[in-house]
Amino acid sequence: MDRIKMESADSVPGRDERPKLPTMKAELMVRDTSGDDSTAQDLHEKMTLRNLNFFYGNSQALFNLNLPLYDRRVTAFIGPSGCGKSTMLRVLNRMYDLYPGQRAEGEVTLEGESILRQGLDLNLLRSRVGMVFQKPTPFPMSIYDNIAFGIKLYEKLPKSEIDARVEDCLRKSALWDEVKDKLHANGMSLSGGQQQRLCIARTVAIRPEVILLDEPCSALDPISTAAIEDLLLELRKDYMIVIVTHNMQQAARVSDYTAFMVLGKLIEFGETQQVFTRPGQKQTEEYVTGRFG
Amino acid sequence: MSAVNMDMRLYASRKLRNSVMMTLCVAAAGIGLMWLALILGTLLFEGVTGVELKVFTEMTPPPGDSGGLLNAIVGSLFMTVLGTLMGTPIGILAGTYMAEYGRNSKLTTFVRFINDILLSAPSIVIGLFVYTILVAPHIEFAIPMPGNLFGGAINVELGGHFSGLAGAVALAIIVIPVVVRTTEDMLNLVPVHLREAASALGMPRSLVIRHVAYRAARAGIITGVLLAVARISGETAPLLFTALNNQFWSLELNHPLANLPVVIFQYAMSPYEEWQRLAWVGALLITSAVLMLSIFARTLGTQRSKNG
Repeated sequence: MDRIKMESADSVPGRDERPKLPTMKAELMVRDTSGDDSTAQDLHEKMTLRNLNFFYGNSQALFNLNLPLYDRRVTAFIGPSGCGKSTMLRVLNRMYDLYPGQRAEGEVTLEGESILRQGLDLNLLRSRVGMVFQKPTPFPMSIYDNIAFGIKLYEKLPKSEIDARVEDCLRKSALWDEVKDKLHANGMSLSGGQQQRLCIARTVAIRPEVILLDEPCSALDPISTAAIEDLLLELRKDYMIVIVTHNMQQAARVSDYTAFMVLGKLIEFGETQQVFTRPGQKQTEEYVTGRFG
Repeated sequence: MSAVNMDMRLYASRKLRNSVMMTLCVAAAGIGLMWLALILGTLLFEGVTGVELKVFTEMTPPPGDSGGLLNAIVGSLFMTVLGTLMGTPIGILAGTYMAEYGRNSKLTTFVRFINDILLSAPSIVIGLFVYTILVAPHIEFAIPMPGNLFGGAINVELGGHFSGLAGAVALAIIVIPVVVRTTEDMLNLVPVHLREAASALGMPRSLVIRHVAYRAARAGIITGVLLAVARISGETAPLLFTALNNQFWSLELNHPLANLPVVIFQYAMSPYEEWQRLAWVGALLITSAVLMLSIFARTLGTQRSKNG
């Protein structure tokens, strides 16, 4: 009781002291990585983009992107709508290949091996580079089958092992307690936030090396968003994660590295803390403080 | 009362126009429904008294005698089932090609155009077509068998006369365009992001279609098949040229086969009272079967839109 009183008493003068400026620098909570278990020594460049250009038919959407993506780190892509964040993401698992007329030029490597070359086994690539979409996309089958289906694509396991793997994935995606009693209910019957965590569980189930997330929280409420952000920090220990987001606070909270794009060009790439607090480009500063976007 | 300066004359005339249009719409809907009610009422009035056990246990009678509709009911069921079994796989596969593989191809546009023509083709033309290929010509050939199986070869004799097989083929040709259309439409309704999500797991295209797209479109595709069944179970014209009719019990595909629509056609036009009574009963049976199928198909359809 005392503490609550004390806090509310403190907050009153604090509010009054705030500078009343017309444009105020956004207060972004950048995750403090100084005390993190992972240090710079174990930094491993898992994927690399070199001179990546992308075309929708005749119109170019990405221009000469060059950047590294590190294993066991979260890299966030931010930028105004239509800047090519999602397009870039769809290059990393060659999702664009589903549509004729879309093509990528340049070089993208995964563990040193080019993923843009002709004749690459796309299904194999996508089993290594998983993707979670903006809209939750559970398959029209039971919660259990949503996860087991992906596992059965790649491994022939006895039922007991599949059961164990399903449980493990649901635990990892913080969904187990909510669904353990209704594993055979339809995946579509879950709430939006639960559906999205189911999709993450499904992606994790096939044991990828990389997880791509395309605005995974844009259709979710704040509580589900927080659950997914916690989950990302947990998954970060085992996977390389790339997240596209419109929410700058989210990028600041979850990512280690941030890339800022405008109109298909990479404006700035660096450690999140630096990009948000001491951006090298004026454009970046204007965007992260909300003056441009 | 009104805050703004409303032109009351303008408002009154709009209200008047509104009520006139409303009356016209209700009247039009009433007239449409009236005919349906009259048809169903007449059928019930004339047919329901004739429904008795005999109808389902006895064969169609010779003129002046009494009997039932057993052979016609069974023949109709037999040909409807066979026609559906032949037409549905072709229809679903074609619809799948159009929605999944050839979405932007010229072949799909072409097939869709032809399919729409077939969909609205007069069924008597389909009957005539099957007549000219399966009924009029006499076809005889032997399929050689390995070793001494079946005496070395199977002799096939087709055509030269009306047959249940020709009837089923004619019905299958009517089923195909209906199923092609609904399958393509239903698969096109499956959201793109669902297919992308499946592909993103590294699922090969064929599995994406079989396990995700079909599952999502299942209720719609089944509805389409049921509507096709409803459509063919009342078709008369194509059967007149193909299965014709048979007064006796028969399940032989290579011979004329009794069926309800042609029995109704013959008996209703006859001067014999017993035949006319049986025609009413037959019409009532078909109509109620089609009605129930349609209601079942609609319920399935609405469930689908609620779930997803």
